[in-house]
Amino acid sequence: MTAELVIEGLRAEVEGREILRGVDLTVRAGEVHAVMGPNGAGKSTLSHVLMGRPGYRVTGGTVTLDGVDLLALPTWERARAGLFLVMQYPTEVPGVSLLDSLTAALDGTGRDVSELPALMAAEAERIGFDERFLDRPLNVDLSGGEKKRNETLQLGVLAPRFAVLDELDSGLDVDALRACARRVEAATEEGLGVLCITHYTRVLHELHADRVHILVRGEIRDSGGPELADRLEEDGYAAWLRPEDEVASGPRPVDVFGSTTMADLDPTPEDPFGPGPFAAD
Amino acid sequence: MGPGWGRPVRWSVGRSPTAGPVDRRPHDRSSPLSPTADDVAALPGDTALRNAAAERARAAGLPSPDVEEWRYSRIDELDLDRYAPVLAAPDGAASAASAPTAGDPEDEWAAVVTVVDGWVASIDVRDPAVTVTTDGAGAGSVLGDAPDALVDWAIALAPAAVTVSVDRGVTVAAPVLVRTIATVARGLSAPRLAVSVGEDAELTVVEQQSATVDDALVLPVVELDVATRGRLAHTAIQRLPVGMWQIGSVTARVGQESRLVSAHAALGGEYARLRTDCRLEGRGASGDLLAAYFGEGDQTLDFRTFQDHVAPDTHSDLLFKGAVGGRSRSIYTGLITVRPTARGTNAYQTNRNLKLSDEAWAESVPNLEIQNNDVRCSHASTVGPIDVDQRFYLESRGVPPQVAERLVVSGFFAEVLARFPAPAPVLAEVADAIADRLDRQVGAGVAS
Repeated sequence: MTAELVIEGLRAEVEGREILRGVDLTVRAGEVHAVMGPNGAGKSTLSHVLMGRPGYRVTGGTVTLDGVDLLALPTWERARAGLFLVMQYPTEVPGVSLLDSLTAALDGTGRDVSELPALMAAEAERIGFDERFLDRPLNVDLSGGEKKRNETLQLGVLAPRFAVLDELDSGLDVDALRACARRVEAATEEGLGVLCITHYTRVLHELHADRVHILVRGEIRDSGGPELADRLEEDGYAAWLRPEDEVASGPRPVDVFGSTTMADLDPTPEDPFGPGPFAAD
Repeated sequence: MGPGWGRPVRWSVGRSPTAGPVDRRPHDRSSPLSPTADDVAALPGDTALRNAAAERARAAGLPSPDVEEWRYSRIDELDLDRYAPVLAAPDGAASAASAPTAGDPEDEWAAVVTVVDGWVASIDVRDPAVTVTTDGAGAGSVLGDAPDALVDWAIALAPAAVTVSVDRGVTVAAPVLVRTIATVARGLSAPRLAVSVGEDAELTVVEQQSATVDDALVLPVVELDVATRGRLAHTAIQRLPVGMWQIGSVTARVGQESRLVSAHAALGGEYARLRTDCRLEGRGASGDLLAAYFGEGDQTLDFRTFQDHVAPDTHSDLLFKGAVGGRSRSIYTGLITVRPTARGTNAYQTNRNLKLSDEAWAESVPNLEIQNNDVRCSHASTVGPIDVDQRFYLESRGVPPQVAERLVVSGFFAEVLARFPAPAPVLAEVADAIADRLDRQVGAGVAS
């Protein structure tokens, strides 16, 4: 049987506000699925909910990985079940080395951690991640692009079964995006299933998405082949918007002194590509 | 900014120091302060100086917690009568002096000095570039007037003042180790240390503070003097048993273009306090103050810092990082003073506190007093639990929660320990002690 990540009727809220209103998606091993949508559609929320980030409350639906109920597991066990999240804004963890964190991540999994340094060096070379960054505390003093390479390196080392890429392309220059995308694509040839959350079609061309899903206001409004992304490129999201979306997609409340994290804010301030052709007005 | 303490900016989490069930020993403020004049006269050295200090201490009385520098302290719980000055070198001093030292193959230290209950038990100078004396020469010149009665009591009662000095132009490759050990139950001891670095000279000093008893009072007084273009790296590792009281002071005078790094790891003690005064007196002088502290149980760890910019173009950088678990408490108050003469000052002050349990409490009060406009100053202060985002990041890689917490807290300390100017085995010992505390804290439900 082919491995599957199955999301059914997933509903979730943040601070009492419903963001996901019933998401259905199935990703099989080796497939690349793209989730695209305007700002505020719930793309990042979907990635956080899948990984179990604190502050997100699931109100309905199921997520299973090969039949294992992921939503019943704490975050670390979801990771050990084979789920990986490439974060849009990888967190800086002062004083903690990449080697120590990966050693802890693999402890008890049966994998030989003595090979980690060599594996890290090999992965770093594959994606052009400067080896001297391997000794830095996690993500500390790394540029946005280096953080994404660091995430991709960890994906290569941990070899998950399914990866959620939350805006892999933000903060990456063309060369870095290509290097990271090639690494992910190589992993898909070995069976990695990918859920790629993005604003832009460029990463999809690099990753050769099999399926494209349009997420609007917390629900999948359309699914199709790569041609769907091309249609988006030309026409924007207008075809998938409904009258009630206008009200919902007003200015997002941003409390700069509150608990809102950078992960909730897009488009990204560090994004070198601007709002892109699909950004909501 | 006006004179005095300026406007305090305060972050506080948890119970206030007056609200909680603090174990307060009965203390009659009207009782005569021990030690007596006979005690003072029984000690070697300059009796007149001792008597003068004792007189000042008696006249001043113990500090009041109403005074800013002692606010939140447990000074009102201190009963000096409870402790007796150690008036002769204790019998066990020789054996204590021969106790093994961390990371001590012979050649790792330029000199090893052991002080037991304030008495010099042994001096082992291995590098002739280092001079160690015990006649008190040079002691007091950096300190000046004692800031409070506890320091005056220390001056009155210290049996000796160890002076470690290096002559001008000499770089001492290996560090000097000064061990202070308290061995007398309910003893009051005052180890005094003066470090003097000559012009263009360079020295590293490591202090290890310990005790073989669980109930004693130690009043360490340390003076650091760095002459023009000198370099001094000073690290004190405090690993007292948890019943001990320690009220210490470090006073530094940093000369022209010279550089001081003074680091402190505070792990033990029921109440352990350190006051650090760093006076940047010469143009271009630089003083970095670092601390790592970790309280558990009912410990109180208390830090007061004074970054005093006297001369122009001086630089100071303070980083104090601590964790409090159990019902422990920490206090940090710090003052940056920029004198009218100190144009071109750069002064930074950062205090970060991790609160590992609901009942733990940390107070952090940074202050600035700036009397010159041509300065760059900043201060930052935080008190909070383990960062949820950092925890989540590690957990999202498959790291179990308790391990993730340990990594985050270890990393929190690693950031400051990496700047400690001490040999690796000494720092490894501190890291191990932190790991031991984490074992107990995580077991006690940090992960909840």
